Amino acid sequence: MFKGNLQLKLGNFMLDSGAFQFESAGVTVLFGRSGSGKSTLLRALSGLDRGTRGQLQLGDETWQAGKKALPVEARDIGFVFQTAALLPGKTVQSNLNYATQRVPKSRAQGPSFEEITQRVGITHLLNRSVDNLSGGERQRVAIARALLTRPRVLMMDEPLSALDWRAKTELLALIESVIADYQIPTLYITHAPIEVERLAHRVVFMAEGRITSIETLAEATTRIDSPLFTEEGPVSVLHGQLGAVDEDGLLPFTANPSSQNAEAFTFWLNRAEHTTSPIKNSPARLRILARDVALARERVEGISMLNQIPATVARIESETKSHRQAVFLTLHDGQTLIAEISHRSVHSMNLTQGQSVFALVKTAALLDN
Amino acid sequence: MQIFGYPLDLDPILLTLEVAGITTVVLLIIGTPIAWALSQMRSRARIFLEALVALPLVLPPTVLGFYLIIALNPNGEIAHLLKYVGYDGQLTFNKMGLIIGSVIYSLPFTVQPIMAAFEALPTQIVDAARTMRASFLDRFFTVIVPLARQGFLVGSVLTFAHTVGEFGVVLMVGGNIEGQTRTVSIAIFDHVESFEYAEAHMLSIIMVIFSMFVLMFVYALNRKLQIKQA
Repeated sequence: MFKGNLQLKLGNFMLDSGAFQFESAGVTVLFGRSGSGKSTLLRALSGLDRGTRGQLQLGDETWQAGKKALPVEARDIGFVFQTAALLPGKTVQSNLNYATQRVPKSRAQGPSFEEITQRVGITHLLNRSVDNLSGGERQRVAIARALLTRPRVLMMDEPLSALDWRAKTELLALIESVIADYQIPTLYITHAPIEVERLAHRVVFMAEGRITSIETLAEATTRIDSPLFTEEGPVSVLHGQLGAVDEDGLLPFTANPSSQNAEAFTFWLNRAEHTTSPIKNSPARLRILARDVALARERVEGISMLNQIPATVARIESETKSHRQAVFLTLHDGQTLIAEISHRSVHSMNLTQGQSVFALVKTAALLDN
Repeated sequence: MQIFGYPLDLDPILLTLEVAGITTVVLLIIGTPIAWALSQMRSRARIFLEALVALPLVLPPTVLGFYLIIALNPNGEIAHLLKYVGYDGQLTFNKMGLIIGSVIYSLPFTVQPIMAAFEALPTQIVDAARTMRASFLDRFFTVIVPLARQGFLVGSVLTFAHTVGEFGVVLMVGGNIEGQTRTVSIAIFDHVESFEYAEAHMLSIIMVIFSMFVLMFVYALNRKLQIKQA
């Protein structure tokens, strides 16, 4: 549990977080526009800036009390910066050794050096100089180095922002799986909603140097005025599992068999859109933009759209900015799907709470590989 | 020693190299903390302190030498203080005086390049070392000094070369005592004064060649030490 209230002035920018408290386990994403203070908050949490003031507790350990701060060296944190921040002119191996040589005996347990370097995909780079690595490779080394620090908390400040699209995709999958497998509490900064949806267990929203709210991912994605939605509009994330590709090359995504109604829904996904080969029966998440969901009162025949999902209208909210209506649908296994339609459609369809409808989903993206 | 039939007095050369070497080492030891403190300073006092460090650059060497003679005279406060800690020797008109004068006169040549290198440090790399549990001294010697190595190289070479070429302060604080405080630059002056042009030529050409080699060495090494930024 992180608990505190931090202040830090950097140049003309003033962070004044306000009192906060959130669970440390899992991934906590700090989210906000650039200039909202998320990097400054992470620096204040890490203790990297001597100017930090206020209070901070991790569990029953005090990290900050007024001007007094536990030194960074004693906090057991692993930090991944926007740039890899490797020691120039040295090999990958000696960069990693810098971390391993300074781990105290009390924290020397955990996955081995070999396992971590293999996992992060840098075993073939160990004898190369870090000066000759690509951006993606450098950031992999930085991640391995942070893991080898044997951290109690992993802090990542937009680790993907300096990478090209392909490296971004690969590294996001790597970070996701490493964090999940090694169970390291993580603080992660991003301004990309897609990274939030894939990684976050909870989201700390920031604006103008303050924490505006702390929400679970489910809470953050089911309110239409969520800051996550400023660019693409509301988004739903559905949990389910993947089936086997059928003879038409379509990949089924179905409700979890453990849910109350395992037959709740089946989405047919175009196999070609998902480059990596999904494992049958593996849990997966589907990301659907509300503006890609249309509604019909009955199942529509004679239409090319494959995905028609039965649902019930839970509530209807207006978006103040766009004058459009967000219709919250409850699927038969209890998950929420949001459809964004016009005010006029709501009226002409005579939509009311509790009504049964079919959600017509144009496109959906798989979040997991 | 004779070269091309002309006598070459080695004493001034050896003395000059010795004083310059000791001055460089002393300045690296005291100049590095000063450079670090200044580079980290955010208060207004920094303007004053930076100006103070740079003062020897603009002051006429005679002014500096004059104040040093007064401050270091055998009946002065500093000499008395040193007697308490056990140093009973003279502070002026001997090698000690030359070194003290050179250290003060060359201070900005050590501090300024090293300070500039400290200010240009990539902070994320130093921060990364902290998160890997490197204490201040640990990261200072394993991260900061290697990253600032060009500043140290330029600082020490400039200090050494500048001390070799010193004239005013050395003459004021050291006098012109043969075999004890007569450095190359003073010896050349002496030879010219007494129309011994051949001897003056000999020392002068040695200085020209020496300086040329030092500069070429610095430029070559500087290129080799360049840090690749990715």
